[in-house]
Amino acid sequence: MTITTTPDEHGHDHGHDHGHDHGHDHDHGHDDHHGPASGITRWITTTNHKDIGTLYLWLSFIMLLVGGSMAMVIRLELFQPGLQFVAPEFFNQMTTMHGLIMVFGAIMPGFVGLANWLVPMMIGAPDMALPRMNNWSFWILPFAFTMLASTLLMEGGGPAFGWTFYAPLSTTFAPDSTDFFIFAVHMMGASSVMGAINIIATILNMRAPGMTLMKMPLFVWTWLITAYLLIAVMPVLAGAVTMMLTDRHFGTSFFDAAGGGDPVMFQHIFWFFGHPEVYIMILPAFGVISAIIPTFARKRLFGYSSMVYATASIAILSFMVWAHHMFTVGMPVAGELYFMYATILISVPTGVKVFNWVTTMWKGSLTFETPMLWALGFIIMFTIGGFSGLMLGVAPVDTQYHDTYFVVAHFHYVLVTGALYSIIAAFYYWVPKWTGHMYNETHGKIHFWWSTISVNVLFFPQHFVGLAGMPRRIPDYSLQFAEFNMMSSIGGFAFGLAQVFFLYIVIKTIKGGEKASAKVWEGATGLEFEQLPSPPPYHSFTVAPEIR
Amino acid sequence: MILNKLTGRLSVALAGVLSMLAVTAVNADYALNMTEGVTPISRDLYSLHMIVFWICVAIGAVVFCAMAWSIIFHRKSRGAVAANFHESTMVELIWTIGPLLILIAIAIPATGILLDLEDAKTNADINLQVTGIQWKWKYNYIDEDVQVISSLAQNSRDVIKDPTGHENYLLEVDQSIVLPINKKIRFLFHSDDVIHSWWVPEFAVKQDAIPGFINDSWAIIEEPGIYRGQCAELCGRDHGFMPIVVEAVTQSEYQQWLSDKKAEAASMAASADKEWSMQDLLAQGETVYKVNCAACHGPTGAGIPGIFPAMTNSPVATGDAAEHVNVVMNGKAGTAMAAYKSQLNDVDLAAVITFERNSFGNSVGDMVQPSVIKNAR
Repeated sequence: MTITTTPDEHGHDHGHDHGHDHGHDHDHGHDDHHGPASGITRWITTTNHKDIGTLYLWLSFIMLLVGGSMAMVIRLELFQPGLQFVAPEFFNQMTTMHGLIMVFGAIMPGFVGLANWLVPMMIGAPDMALPRMNNWSFWILPFAFTMLASTLLMEGGGPAFGWTFYAPLSTTFAPDSTDFFIFAVHMMGASSVMGAINIIATILNMRAPGMTLMKMPLFVWTWLITAYLLIAVMPVLAGAVTMMLTDRHFGTSFFDAAGGGDPVMFQHIFWFFGHPEVYIMILPAFGVISAIIPTFARKRLFGYSSMVYATASIAILSFMVWAHHMFTVGMPVAGELYFMYATILISVPTGVKVFNWVTTMWKGSLTFETPMLWALGFIIMFTIGGFSGLMLGVAPVDTQYHDTYFVVAHFHYVLVTGALYSIIAAFYYWVPKWTGHMYNETHGKIHFWWSTISVNVLFFPQHFVGLAGMPRRIPDYSLQFAEFNMMSSIGGFAFGLAQVFFLYIVIKTIKGGEKASAKVWEGATGLEFEQLPSPPPYHSFTVAPEIR
Repeated sequence: MILNKLTGRLSVALAGVLSMLAVTAVNADYALNMTEGVTPISRDLYSLHMIVFWICVAIGAVVFCAMAWSIIFHRKSRGAVAANFHESTMVELIWTIGPLLILIAIAIPATGILLDLEDAKTNADINLQVTGIQWKWKYNYIDEDVQVISSLAQNSRDVIKDPTGHENYLLEVDQSIVLPINKKIRFLFHSDDVIHSWWVPEFAVKQDAIPGFINDSWAIIEEPGIYRGQCAELCGRDHGFMPIVVEAVTQSEYQQWLSDKKAEAASMAASADKEWSMQDLLAQGETVYKVNCAACHGPTGAGIPGIFPAMTNSPVATGDAAEHVNVVMNGKAGTAMAAYKSQLNDVDLAAVITFERNSFGNSVGDMVQPSVIKNAR
């Protein structure tokens, strides 16, 4: 490989031809001068994309465990009929905080962490385009979540109106702590928008020469599109919570019917944010799966360009379907028809993706290492979530599914066995690259099977209780739902415990393990595997790589 | 290698279990699947639900079988060598247009049913106004001057720690409503406070009750019986505890029920004119308090600090009686305190106010007579 360097910051000219290995030595040498700061300062002041990626991933994991323990409280109370453990108002705080923490704290930062680690390495850039802002967009988050969590300790308790915080329950009828919730949402939004700007600036400006848009790995593509979605909708969310704030304290009546306002307008605004938000949480997952399946099928991704177009179509459609969350609010029938047609249309590009993955596997040479297992689990269970999504999109029947456990089952299939599974798959797939250590394959497989069996015991029965008539967000239920709820709770506890085991695997892999090769996987492709050692140097691609 | 084989087999087994579960869902009764219900719309929705479900099962079977085939036969351990194909515009077109046609096939019946479902206005025989209130339902039979306020039954409240064996736990109310069969009933939904959603699965009626809006929906109940439902939209603390019970009866039984209700209301109005004793007011007040006030202000009057004020030593409950009457009757704007004058009759209002002034450690000692309330209206 031929690398032509430009003069580095010290003015030394290294403009020689290097052999492949020699090139890495060069990088290491460079490292000695510009390695990370030591101690805690490294993490607070870092502008390095890998460090910030690590911070995001740890925040995501901690939030997964915090939000997960709230889910355990929920499942404990729902273990059997009757109110045994918590009061209804605390139960409502748990469902609300569980949703907020999982969406904004676990899934979104998880994907941003992956983007930070991977996007620069995948496009041959030395770092993110705006490294200082990168630091800031991460460090806002721990404060936002601390503030959000602190509401639980305040007089009157934390937010108890669901993660969708419909007015007027979240305005006139909400506890005082709601103002802290509003400020926390503002901070998360600012962080997301900054992160998104950074990702777009990086992808559009810092690709290595020869890395054309249509050569980018799909993970980069999906994140580029996701970042645009974030920039478009996070300000809408900020607008919604600001209107709540002025309704609560400054005498406005945006959402208060008694003052001429409109509670349904809140839902339109919320879901104009909320539906693209759903795709923000799943598009990067498509990118991850599109990287893993070809590697373990030892075969190129089928239909790369159709995958790009499908992702873009899903993103565009995501702005035009928001009111399918609102089929029971009493929209005009023409509106309901439009939103039904537009919604079920989304299953076309989504189906294209699933078909492409399956065809990628077809006549491949498959092996089933842990990342592949999680990716296969993703395809099967995300597809199940997609089917229930199609059913929910059919407006007349949705009036019966709406606000039941059928919906709960649906979005947990797409967010837990979809989004979360892809993040875990990505961890196993890239952690040998990041740390230079292989994880323990047996542990990884145990983690997969333990999680997959328990997650289905957890969420599959929720389809049944939902169809049979159990509303969501209730702390107690009538006796005909008892068996399935107990099953669901047992699955829940087992799934929760599996993620504690995952914590052990993560720490063990970071601390040591079998040395990973540069390529890690036999079928791996992409700059990070083909042109960087494992682990990659602190500053990778200080010189642009050659793109074949 | 052995582990790889094992995991491969397990993957197939898993797919099998999942599809079996899906089939079980179809064969099972009410507890597993959506109810067919007792109205024309509910039957239409049930069949549409099953059509879409089977389409999903069919597509799922194709996709998952293809995956399983690959997993079994295209594995490296069996010596599979990767083929080299990676795109085909024709194939992409097929699996774009194919699903599109399936969607159109779903959309056509769905459109018809939706138009039918939304047509509540045409030829309605009975107009029933349903008002969601934290946490009960108020029903007004328009044209009949009959009002029913329906809360969770005390039976269910009593067994809340351990409801084992208590039939219809959380699905029973103190006063159910009665509707005639084979009449087109138009429901008009409204809310006094937050958003609620009135849902009776057997009628396939689920419609949000929203402050400032009137939504409608309809049902023709084809079989007599008792039908139960619940609030479907998170509406605060006791969202899980505001059930719906509808008794569907013949037209003549319905007429009888209406006249009984009217007579009952007249006798209640008459009893408002008599002088009540302290003892009677306290006894009646305690019952009213449990149903209407305890959810927020607590069964022991302690409230929930920071959201709902306590009764004990409350400046309202221990202060001027006229102000106390005013707060209970008209509510407190900008807070969760509702205006009870539209929900409770003169006797109940007088009783509960008297009860609050002389319980939970409060001992003001005065009485509020129903006649005071009557004059304050």
